[in-house]
Amino acid sequence: MSIKLPQWFYRLASPRWFYEISGKLLPWFTAAAIILLLTGSIWGLVFAPADYQQGNSFRIIYVHVPASILAQSCYMLMAIAGAIGLIWKMKLAHVIAQSCAAFGASIAVMSLATGAIWGKPTWGAWWVWDARLTSMLVLLFLYVGVIALRGAFENTQSADKAAAVLSLVGLVNIPIIKYSVEWWNTLHQPATFTITEKPAMPPEMWIPLLIMVLGFYCFFSVILMHRARLEVLQREMKTSWVQSLIKSL
Amino acid sequence: MTPKRQKRLIIILSIVLGTSLIVGLVMYSLNQNINLFYSANQIANGEAPVGTRIRVGGMVVDGSVKRATDSLRVSFALTDYEKTVNVVFTGILPDLFREGQGIIAQGKMDAQGVFQAIEVLAKHDENYMPPEIAETMKKKQEAIK
Repeated sequence: MSIKLPQWFYRLASPRWFYEISGKLLPWFTAAAIILLLTGSIWGLVFAPADYQQGNSFRIIYVHVPASILAQSCYMLMAIAGAIGLIWKMKLAHVIAQSCAAFGASIAVMSLATGAIWGKPTWGAWWVWDARLTSMLVLLFLYVGVIALRGAFENTQSADKAAAVLSLVGLVNIPIIKYSVEWWNTLHQPATFTITEKPAMPPEMWIPLLIMVLGFYCFFSVILMHRARLEVLQREMKTSWVQSLIKSL
Repeated sequence: MTPKRQKRLIIILSIVLGTSLIVGLVMYSLNQNINLFYSANQIANGEAPVGTRIRVGGMVVDGSVKRATDSLRVSFALTDYEKTVNVVFTGILPDLFREGQGIIAQGKMDAQGVFQAIEVLAKHDENYMPPEIAETMKKKQEAIK
C-alpha cells in the first residue's frame, strides 16, 4: 500500500525553489506586517475603549494574546516541520524547524513577560503557579531545550534528527496549554480568542486584536523566511546555484 | 509514500501518541494537585486539609466586606453559590477586588473555621467591555429585577 502525495509537496523539498519563492514573497509579507502591526497597535492602544473593570491595563492583551497564540503556533510548525524532515528526509523541513526555535523562544518570553506585567495590577501577583502559566513556562523550556540540543551536535544531520524528536515529544504540551484553563481551576481566565466562537467582547475591542494577531503572523513569516534563507545558503554553500548566486552579487 | 517512509511515519506517530498517553495518565492521577484552589463547597465538605497552606477561590459575597477602621484588616465571605467561607486578610487588596468579584485567597483554615489569608488575588474573566456598555447592562439588569 502506498499513498500518493501531490507534486507540489515534493517541490517544497528543493531549497533552491524555496529561496526563489521566498525572495518574491518577502516584500509583500514585510509590507503587510508593518501595516497590520502599526494599525493594530495604534487602534488597540489609543482608540479602543478601556475595559470597565481593568481600565487601560487591559490594553496589554493587544500584545499578550498575539504573542501567546504565536508562541504555540510556532511550536506546532517546528514539530510538524521536524516530522516531515524525519519521514521524507527533507532538508528544507529541518531548515524551517531550525529557524522556528529561536523566534519561538523569544515570543514565549514576550508572552510570559507581558503576562506578568498584566498580572501584577489585575491579579495582584507577578507569577502564580497555575496550570496555564506553568505549561507556558514549560513551552519556553522546550524551545530552549531544542536550541541547546541542536547546538550540542557537530553533525548537522544528527542535530536535525535529535531536535525534531525532542520537538515532537514536546508537542504534547500544546493541548495542555490550550485546555489548562478548562480542565483545572486556574487564576488565568479562559481563552480570549477561539476559532469556533465569537469573542466575548464588542467589535471595537476585538477587531484591533485580530489585526494584531494577523500582524504578528506576518512578522513571524518575515523573520522565518529571512532565517531560513540564510540557513539554506549556509547549508547549500557548495552547490552550483549558490556559487553562481554569490558570483552574480 | 514508500514503505520506508510509511514506517518512519508510524514510528513518529507512536512517539507522539505514546508521550500523550503517558502525560495524560500522569495529569489524570495528579488531577487534584494541579487545581490552583479549592472551592468553598470543597472546604465545607472537609476535602481541604486544615492547618496547612491552601488556596480557596470564589465570589466575594455582596455586602460582606468589612474593613477595620484602625488597620488594614479586612473580612469578607467567599461563595461558590452553594457554600460560603469567611476570610480574614490583613494587607493591600488588588485593584480588582470588589464585591461580586471572583478572587483567590491563599492561607490557612483556623480552628474556628475562618480562613486566615496571607495573600489575596483577583480573578477576572475574558468578557472585556467598555465602561458605557457595562453601565447599560447593569441598568437593564436592574430594570428586570
